[in-house]
Amino acid sequence: MAQATSPPEVVKEDERTRRGYSSDAAGLGNLRAGAFVAPALLLIAAFLVFPALWVLYLGLTNYRLTGAAAAEPQFVGLANLLDAVSNPTFWNSTWLTLQFVLGSAVIGQVVLGFSIAWMLRDRAGPLKRLVEGLVILAWILPSAVVSFLWVALLDRDGGTLNALLGIPGFPWLLDHPMLSIIVFNTWRGTAFSMMLYGAALGNVPPSHLESARLAGASGWQQLRDVVFPHIRGHILTNLLLISLWTFNDFSPFLITAGGPDGRSEVLAVHVYKVALQSGELGYGAAVSTIILLINLVVAVFYLRLLRSKK
Amino acid sequence: MAAIELRGLTKVYPGGVKALDSLDLDIPDGEFFALLGPSGCGKTTLLRTIAGLETATGGAVVIGDRDVTGVQPGGRDVAMVFQDYALFPHMDVTDNIAYPLRIKKVAKGARREKAEEVGARLGLERLMDRRPGQLSGGQQQRVALARVMATQAQAFLFDEPLSNLDARLRLEARTFLKKLQRELGVTTVFVTHDQAEALAMADRMAVMEAGHIRQIGTPAEVFQRPANTFVAGFIGSTPMNLLDGAVRGDTLEVAGCKVSVPASAEGRLTGGEKIVYGVRPEYMAYSAGPAEGALSGKVAIVENLGASHLVTLDVNDVLVQAVVPEGSEPAVGDDGHALPRRDRALVYRDGELV
Repeated sequence: MAQATSPPEVVKEDERTRRGYSSDAAGLGNLRAGAFVAPALLLIAAFLVFPALWVLYLGLTNYRLTGAAAAEPQFVGLANLLDAVSNPTFWNSTWLTLQFVLGSAVIGQVVLGFSIAWMLRDRAGPLKRLVEGLVILAWILPSAVVSFLWVALLDRDGGTLNALLGIPGFPWLLDHPMLSIIVFNTWRGTAFSMMLYGAALGNVPPSHLESARLAGASGWQQLRDVVFPHIRGHILTNLLLISLWTFNDFSPFLITAGGPDGRSEVLAVHVYKVALQSGELGYGAAVSTIILLINLVVAVFYLRLLRSKK
Repeated sequence: MAAIELRGLTKVYPGGVKALDSLDLDIPDGEFFALLGPSGCGKTTLLRTIAGLETATGGAVVIGDRDVTGVQPGGRDVAMVFQDYALFPHMDVTDNIAYPLRIKKVAKGARREKAEEVGARLGLERLMDRRPGQLSGGQQQRVALARVMATQAQAFLFDEPLSNLDARLRLEARTFLKKLQRELGVTTVFVTHDQAEALAMADRMAVMEAGHIRQIGTPAEVFQRPANTFVAGFIGSTPMNLLDGAVRGDTLEVAGCKVSVPASAEGRLTGGEKIVYGVRPEYMAYSAGPAEGALSGKVAIVENLGASHLVTLDVNDVLVQAVVPEGSEPAVGDDGHALPRRDRALVYRDGELV
């Protein structure tokens, strides 16, 4: 009897445990699991989702930091957005941001980061540790500290660079503000790309490179036919992350304050200036909304490329 | 097609590990040559040094009368099949096979034609548009072989060509590779750690240990007359019996039994010296009744090998193995007598064949 009934029981129990395993591995149940997640969700809602939605709303008002419009903001619809797109300062900032992202992120950090990772790929010992240490140092220092260091480096009168080059009085930050912040951001952000590519290159099978070498492939042909196809996903992820980070980066303000005469006023700095310095919160929020949309487009573009792999 | 010559080839890795210790080796044109040895013996380093993927610390590599010691891998005119086949995952089979031709700047039409010709020869016609990820292990291996064939290199190098295949496919591929090499007639060197593979495929083979070549010969020579106890212990699917013994007048005393001196060692031994007596389990005649010159003891273990059984005898606390044909296997605990074949038994003095 026992033998006759036991097999179906075993099957049922098996099934139950299998189902339980796939949907509720910790065995907490929905309520208790929800309780664990709730604090994090609340924090995200309070400090991320709500401010984002608040910005979207502010962009539709004439809200100001001070004055009558601060007490009783009026709903103005799309007026702020229309103001922004007809404002040459906004377009100037957008153009500068594009230069900043292409110059310091896409060309600077990706190319430099990959080159360092490629050159150090099968080195070991003190040289590799020294280079990596220096590059990573630029990344881990606080923004305020490195900005001060760069201001000291590029200063017109007592700057280290002018002293080294023997051209005292050359105004780097006045004559070449964009170049200065592009080089600064490249220097500062290369570590991330270098480490990411270093890890990615470790995943390229050595036999594939050797196979190409035996066929007589040059260094460039090995990169084109073996390395790049292998690390395509890493390249796109890296581009996505640093494009967005650079697009939203505020540290150029710490070096040039957007000047002189708006010549290094990237969008993040532009928003800060109009919203907080001029007090036009509504207009600033509208520009922020545009930035959000641009970021979204960039992210969707990269993610599409990433998915088209298969 | 070319012969390969190695002269005093030495490779020392940074850190002082000597992977190859002054090797000399001649591989004539068209030969199928095996490098065999346990892992870490230097066989793969040797192959990679011939390919140019490792630079030799000393000595010379000569391929077809051309000293290529300082030449880059791409300039040596050799082609290699890697253990993992190293097919490019983003290219289809045609592009993979044609890749070396593309690097050599062969026109697109010509290299497609060549890839299709070689692919058809290896039975890949219907797979030419697939990516490596859509192929089975055996198919991937054939694509790797096709890529090597398309290069028309002077010599082929195979690094553990069969180790990524499952056991059944491995036997098929073994026969296939041997047939293909014979048809192409290209000098081919392959590395393996599997003695059965080397014995089955190679025209000649080198057995390596710790950066040295311990024996070079045809599979028959290496199997029947291993030059030293290392090779004797390494070759053969059932390990050779290597028993300590001593010379006592006209006979040998091995494991407390008297056995006759093997034909190969006759007249070369002096009384009283210590020797190692070697005989393969396959070359033992097993009987239940006593026999003159046999090793006698109790049956300790019987292992089924399919068409035969491997019987382990406990001869005065020394274990001796003999292969017994099916149907006549003894039971554990029986008395057994194993008579070595005089023409196949060997005597080693200080580890070297007498």
